[in-house]
Amino acid sequence: MSRIFPYPLLTIALTLMWLLLQQSAGLGHILLGFAVAWSASQAMAKLQPHRPIIRRPGLVLKLFALVTVDIIRSNIAVSRIVLAGDRRETTAGFIKMPLELRDPAGLAVLSCIITATPGSAWLEYSPAESSVLIHVLDLIDDEEWVQTVKQRYEVLLLEIFR
Amino acid sequence: MNYDDVPLWAAILISASVLIGAALTFVGAVGLVRARSFYQRIHMPTLGTSFGAIGVLLASSILASMGEGRIIAHEVLIFIFVSVTTPVTLMLLARAALHRDRVEGSPEVPSALGKPSDQ
Repeated sequence: MSRIFPYPLLTIALTLMWLLLQQSAGLGHILLGFAVAWSASQAMAKLQPHRPIIRRPGLVLKLFALVTVDIIRSNIAVSRIVLAGDRRETTAGFIKMPLELRDPAGLAVLSCIITATPGSAWLEYSPAESSVLIHVLDLIDDEEWVQTVKQRYEVLLLEIFR
Repeated sequence: MNYDDVPLWAAILISASVLIGAALTFVGAVGLVRARSFYQRIHMPTLGTSFGAIGVLLASSILASMGEGRIIAHEVLIFIFVSVTTPVTLMLLARAALHRDRVEGSPEVPSALGKPSDQ
């Protein structure tokens, strides 16, 4: 099973992408899309990347909802900062955040979430120290910021990837 | 198959989405010009690539679906690819800036992780 379908999730996702691009769910498109997706997953297997294991698929939806809400909030917050312009003191700064998460896929997801959210950017990760350097546009309380990220995202990611 | 007969409620929804998306992208562009340091500047394009993009893409999707009379959702793919690739670009740019500032010995930048801190 694992040799024929080395990456089942990737195969399904690519097939869905094919159908979305074709704007059709006809049998021909499903078969063709599946063939393309299957070949791509075989190529992927030859590259032998780290294979992430998603333990709790239900939590992925929760994470997605959480991230969406946070991105809306930070869009508003960053717009305010920009529009206030020079009238407001800037409080941008760097934070070093220790992480318990070590799974490469989990770290990749966390880095994308933090960078895609306006107002925070992931700069560099150190596997030796297991910590990350983050730049925050509106930094008021270092410790509170770190705790918020850890409780909102890291706890969930630790349960999803392990 | 007619783009002239879009109902009023849909036209209002489409216009609102385009305006919100364009406004957010514009604010991000203004921020990019106004921000004082490179590290502040890297936060600004994310306004355009997160909800700025959602606004414009949602409008495009609704208009095309109304015009074609069936659901058009190519925009979902555009959004997925934009939101996966932008952070990678921003991280690479930020790391290049960090490296340059450290080599120059800028006091505003923290020392490299994994090395003894001098702060």
